[in-house]
Amino acid sequence: MLYREAGDFHTTYTSDSQTFPIRFDRYRYYAVLVVAFLVVPFIINDYWANAILLPFLIYAIASIGLNILTGYCGQVSLGTGGFMAVGAYACYKLMTAFPDVSMFIHIILAGGITAFVGVLFGLPSLRIKGFYLAVATLAAQFFLLWLFNKVPWFYNYSASGQINAPERAVFGFEVTGPNAAASTTYLFCLVFCAVSALIARNLTRGTVGRSWMAIRDMDIAAEIIGVNPLRAKLSAFAVSSFFVGIAGALFFSVYLGAVEVGEAFSIQKSFLVLFMVIIGGLGSIFGSFAGAAFLVLLPVGLKVLGVDLMGWPTDIVAHFQLVIVGALIIFFLIVEPHGLAQLWRLAKEKLRLWPFPH
Amino acid sequence: MLDASEGYTTADGRKIGGVVMEMKNITLRFGGVKAITDISFDIREGEIRAIIGPNGAGKSSMLNVMSGFYVPQEGEVWFRGKPRPQMKPYEVARQGIARTFQNIALFEGMSVLDNVMTGRLTHMRTGMFSQALWKGRAEAEETANREIAEKIIDFLEIQAIRKTPVARLPYGLKKRVELARALAAEPKLLLLDEPMAGMNVEEKEDMSRFILDVNDEFGTTIALIEHDMGVVMDLSDRVVVMDYGKKIGDGTPDEVRNNQEVIDAYLGVEHD
Repeated sequence: MLYREAGDFHTTYTSDSQTFPIRFDRYRYYAVLVVAFLVVPFIINDYWANAILLPFLIYAIASIGLNILTGYCGQVSLGTGGFMAVGAYACYKLMTAFPDVSMFIHIILAGGITAFVGVLFGLPSLRIKGFYLAVATLAAQFFLLWLFNKVPWFYNYSASGQINAPERAVFGFEVTGPNAAASTTYLFCLVFCAVSALIARNLTRGTVGRSWMAIRDMDIAAEIIGVNPLRAKLSAFAVSSFFVGIAGALFFSVYLGAVEVGEAFSIQKSFLVLFMVIIGGLGSIFGSFAGAAFLVLLPVGLKVLGVDLMGWPTDIVAHFQLVIVGALIIFFLIVEPHGLAQLWRLAKEKLRLWPFPH
Repeated sequence: MLDASEGYTTADGRKIGGVVMEMKNITLRFGGVKAITDISFDIREGEIRAIIGPNGAGKSSMLNVMSGFYVPQEGEVWFRGKPRPQMKPYEVARQGIARTFQNIALFEGMSVLDNVMTGRLTHMRTGMFSQALWKGRAEAEETANREIAEKIIDFLEIQAIRKTPVARLPYGLKKRVELARALAAEPKLLLLDEPMAGMNVEEKEDMSRFILDVNDEFGTTIALIEHDMGVVMDLSDRVVVMDYGKKIGDGTPDEVRNNQEVIDAYLGVEHD
């Protein structure tokens, strides 16, 4: 009823390979964009921005990054937190060193620096895979955190060892610091999120994406068919770290404002993003969004349900949350290894025929 | 024997050209085991060349040497008139050699179309940044290559499954998709590792037809390994016979069929 592809005929290969080949999908996508850019900024308040929308957008970028590496290229990474820290510290150093440069450029440069670091830590992937690579990236996580803790240059020799985002404006609107308005920070993150998703989609549907997926599915055959494994793997690490770095920079500068590296970018963060990717769906851009939304909304939803409605103590609800997330991950790994994205896909396939399934 | 520069004409009247690939005294060892001992033969433009032999004769090793996956300890591989330096498998692919595998090696998580498009990879030139932008060069390249991929999809009659994930396909179709992926590279030399293994008679007939059609239509030079004698004798123009890593026969199917050594290798010899 709602979801039809009948009447959608493609007469060129270009129109067949567009992002949303089904017209209904396309319009829904435009509608989401319009609402996100033109409606939400006017109704947003601090609570919605800080509790839901900012973390959702930022984690979505990080999930897209990790999904490119793990979901598309098949290289498991547990270093996401460390790479986010690289983005955050790169952004901090750039913000303090060049106060007059636009925040857009700082964030993108921070992503670029993270991409470089990601390639360095991706080098072991040329020799090792699977669990062993996961351990190697885990080493990256611990090494990077140690580095940002131990070398005072990174936090500009501040006494607390923390980094604090100075106030910076974009087009006259403050995006960092305590005076930034919810709508501005939201829009700032939204721009990065939308562009990241677009770039990720373009990369994954073309030659680059196919060589990543070929490496993921069967690396020997990929090499014999002409995929350069070195280039494919390192480019995946670079692109992935670029997005993760942007997410880290936004997380620090726009969302938190002040960061203590061991708290904000610990191994927990690596796992959180990995869970988002697994629950959302490996190898799917939509899955990155779904996973981020799910894990950002879950604690909020549970808190509303448990504390506000049921009147349970906060700590019990917080513990419940861990239990539920753990159970869900086991559930998804067993029942639907392709995550929410696959459920969505199945629902669409059913909807195509509904209500007359024959 | 044949002259190195000129070709010959097959029984069915096809013109066979000069030498595309020549194996010169190839020896391949794995530790103490000699998989291939001092084998030489050539493959000529436009011909269907078969490598046959009993199990463990070293046929697949030979194919792996040809595709650059194994590096022989001795001997040279000449490709298109030049000795091929030691190179990585993906560089060999870029030279115009494509292959299929004995146990299907498709990208299971991707659709048929994506698999075939991956075969076009060696022809894709746009860099990462134009890919990220998509509109413009990357899209134009994608469309141009899609046209070629679709031609091959048409040719192998797999249009109906082009958007199906490969993991969902039955065995026979997977073999065909793998052939499509190899063909998509528009190879100068196509290596087929047991294209008919595990197929029933009907599927074998289909596959044989496709191999002949590919050779006929695109003029692709094909080297294949196959166990089914009937198929080999019908398809190929010339046959190399291997046994225990050595070449024991080389020639047209008829010559090979009447070669005493070959008969001995296949039927066994009476020891007294």
